[in-house]
Amino acid sequence: MAIVAPELGRHSWPVMATHDALSARLGELLGGALIDVIEHAGETTAVVQREALVPAITALRDAADLKFNQLTDICGADYPDRAERFEIVIHLLSMTHNLRLRVKLSTDGRAPVPSLTALYPNAGWYERETWDCYGVMFTGNPDMRRILTDYGFEGHPFRKDFPLTGHVELRWSEEHKRVVYEPVKLAQDFRSFDFLSPWEGTDYVLPGDEKATGK
Amino acid sequence: MSSLGSAGAAWTADDTTDVLPAKDGNEIQNYMINFGPQHPAAHGVLRLVMELDGEIIERCDPHIGLLHRGTEKLIEYKTYLQALPYMDRLDYVSPMCMEHSYVLAIEKLAGIEVPLRAKYIRTMFAEITRILNHILNTTAHAMDVGAMTPILWLFEEREKLMEFYERVSGARFHAAWFRPGGVHQDLPAGLLDDVLAWCDHFPKVLDEMQGLVADNRIFKQRLVDIGVISKEDAIAWGFTGPCIRASGVAWDIRKSQPYDAYHLMDFDVPVSNDGDCYARFMVRMQEMRESLKIIKQCAKEMPAGSHITDNRKVAPPSRGEMKRSMEALIHHFKLYTEGLHVPAGDAYVATESPKGEFGIYMVADGTNKPWRCHIRATGMAHLQAIDFLCKGHMLADAPAVLGSLDIVFGEVDR
Repeated sequence: MAIVAPELGRHSWPVMATHDALSARLGELLGGALIDVIEHAGETTAVVQREALVPAITALRDAADLKFNQLTDICGADYPDRAERFEIVIHLLSMTHNLRLRVKLSTDGRAPVPSLTALYPNAGWYERETWDCYGVMFTGNPDMRRILTDYGFEGHPFRKDFPLTGHVELRWSEEHKRVVYEPVKLAQDFRSFDFLSPWEGTDYVLPGDEKATGK
Repeated sequence: MSSLGSAGAAWTADDTTDVLPAKDGNEIQNYMINFGPQHPAAHGVLRLVMELDGEIIERCDPHIGLLHRGTEKLIEYKTYLQALPYMDRLDYVSPMCMEHSYVLAIEKLAGIEVPLRAKYIRTMFAEITRILNHILNTTAHAMDVGAMTPILWLFEEREKLMEFYERVSGARFHAAWFRPGGVHQDLPAGLLDDVLAWCDHFPKVLDEMQGLVADNRIFKQRLVDIGVISKEDAIAWGFTGPCIRASGVAWDIRKSQPYDAYHLMDFDVPVSNDGDCYARFMVRMQEMRESLKIIKQCAKEMPAGSHITDNRKVAPPSRGEMKRSMEALIHHFKLYTEGLHVPAGDAYVATESPKGEFGIYMVADGTNKPWRCHIRATGMAHLQAIDFLCKGHMLADAPAVLGSLDIVFGEVDR
């Protein structure tokens, strides 16, 4: 396995060195924990089993030819149509070999995800953020508090079924001399314009069309 | 501390040892204080809950999120172009560098070709932005530890840089000027000459400022050997940018994973082995000089050509073209209502923002809106390590450490 030198200046986005046999190496290293390897836009994604996350990441961190020594990021993503709707996306960086790898796993929101805090100390806040925004629990994280939302916030705002406007709004109450929380009152309905071209086929009934089917 | 005082006994050297309980039977508890969220040295809305033993920081728990605006959620409800101005409002000290990652992520997913002139322009303005950011950070850092003059001297230069912003984009801060495929408008006539003239003038100001603080005894006493982080710890805590370079890791995305025109640029990456606050300050000072080299090279070598791609599915046609061509008019209309479509897939693009690695993880579903746009904020990793950095230091060192990490809450809280 060798690192292929990148061709500079071909495109505007960051040029990465590539591993000519990274996917084969991942299969060999992770074994049964590896579900799939996806190559897209010049990036490699390893989809791993949730239970086997910690040993898999440990192997990636410690393998001498990969050495993913920095955890760049952990984030969540919500796909409500899937059986396990949440995807946890982990970005790893090898400063030694100038490689990046994305590791993905999925959960249904109830099944907790093993924490990476024992491997990378900076995983703590990223996991707190994922818990806060998506409601995915991490087992083994010593400090599973909310991080970005307000004290006493309810719900997980980045879920696709959480409304953009939220459920509560706050204002200064002259009467109580403090900030009070009230249910959101919208002066007009929330408008979400769909500018997708109707020529390419819409999968919904256009506003007003429902009246035409009356007779 | 308070219970020591209330004991009423004369303070002796024996009291410095952690004897629990105290002589009068009261238990001595560590003192908890709130640093912020409204504190001039908190660099925004940071609430640090500190546990103090006398004046020694035992534990430091940052409460962030006071500036959380749900940028990532808002972006999911906007088209790719409508979401671009949100980037400026993340790290509002270096707006164009935030846009940079975002437009590169779109370009990567959609495979958009960018003309060389646009690459040069973006590189040049990314470096102008770096100086803009470092001027604020180094001088505000100096002010945090008591040096008032640098910020007064260098903000004049910052103003001049913001004038360059204004001349190209019309806005001093929130430019929204980088676009997928290039930049919104070409450079106005005469700008490059003015940039070059400024580049000749700036080193003098920088020397004066550096002469004022860099060898100053008080300044060094406040910064040297404060908040030391080793190479291994810096990597483990996810440090990037000047913070990791100050710990002796020569890591710079502009060199290791070059984007836009950086592979053509001739510049060095300043590195220090000390890993303390002073090293982080000096690395930033030196980086400004390296940025000047890049700006000069860009201004001198600026190639002719278009400032944005001529792919009409990505970039709008010129006003003149729209007056004559029906096709151009349709493209313009479609682009500003429906917006550009990005093919389904996901990508992570990280650039070297002035603070460090600023990344965008974009999931496109093939429509005109991103399905998910995660922002990898640099400051989040740095701020997370503040407990590690401050532990065992004096309370007065906390602002020095905080300043050296270059935290901006627009970006940390998103």
